Amino acid sequence: MPFIKVRDDLCKGCKLCITFCPKQVIRMSDRLNPKGYYVAELFDKEGCTGCGICARMCPDVAISVYREDKKEVPA
Amino acid sequence: MKVVYERPESLLDVPFTYCPGCTHGIIHRMVADTLDDLGIRERTIGVSPVGCSVFAYEFFNCDMVAAAHGRAPAVATGIKRVHPDKIVFTYQGDGDLAAIGTAEIIHAAARGENITVIFANNVIYGMTGGQMAPTTLIGQKTDTTPYGRSVEANGHPIRVCELLSSLDGVAYLERVSTHDPKHVLKAQKAIKKAFQYQVDGKGFTLIELLSTCPSNWGMNPLDSLKWLEESMLPYYKPGVYKDIG
Repeated sequence: MPFIKVRDDLCKGCKLCITFCPKQVIRMSDRLNPKGYYVAELFDKEGCTGCGICARMCPDVAISVYREDKKEVPA
Repeated sequence: MKVVYERPESLLDVPFTYCPGCTHGIIHRMVADTLDDLGIRERTIGVSPVGCSVFAYEFFNCDMVAAAHGRAPAVATGIKRVHPDKIVFTYQGDGDLAAIGTAEIIHAAARGENITVIFANNVIYGMTGGQMAPTTLIGQKTDTTPYGRSVEANGHPIRVCELLSSLDGVAYLERVSTHDPKHVLKAQKAIKKAFQYQVDGKGFTLIELLSTCPSNWGMNPLDSLKWLEESMLPYYKPGVYKDIG
């Protein structure tokens, strides 16, 4: 299953990834990072398609997208 | 499982100094992705402006020069003429490019210097605390126009793409927005095309990116994206203003 990783040290909790996620599988966590921001996290690994829209819209380039192969992702 | 999308090689592994939700980061990413895609990172020299993005030299993993306020196109001209084989880009905001640097950008464009200008337009002075910029919209409240910008007192906002489109030295001019994924994809294509034109030696290229300033607009990141779409797009219409092909 595709998934994303959000780097806690870079995330500033702006919520753009949450807004633009087509599957709505990202949420704010209750973790604070060293800067004092609540960070975003993927809460439903089953739902993530690895489309990468969250990573493209992330203003802090904190998101990496993982998946097996491009073919696996439904268009 | 493998990484299919991560931090581009052209960005150093340091956190940005921008406010949460500021679209400068999205634009930095697109420029860095382009340098990676075209394989030109090793021979690229960037010029950073004065403004919030002054620290661009700390973020990009290529050679960078910091120019005096508004003078980035002049510095880029010098670099490009001494090193014609290098890829030279400037990264400027609207306070830098459209106010104090108006002369430099117009003459660099008129001379047809073979450089690429990345122009982030957020209709306000960001770093200095939200004063009116030449691009500020009519009626928009800023620190220096607390009752809204008026035509009588402050004149009309400058549309940079339209202004430069009459100059013969310009090869490619496009205005794009960063308020949703669809427009960000378009912006990515425009930036890549501009750099490709420079690689091919076609002449002066400028991409204007409409961006947000949540802190100085006094909004949260999501509301500022909405405000961009509703207030800025009608005045600053996205599109290709010149393309010599």
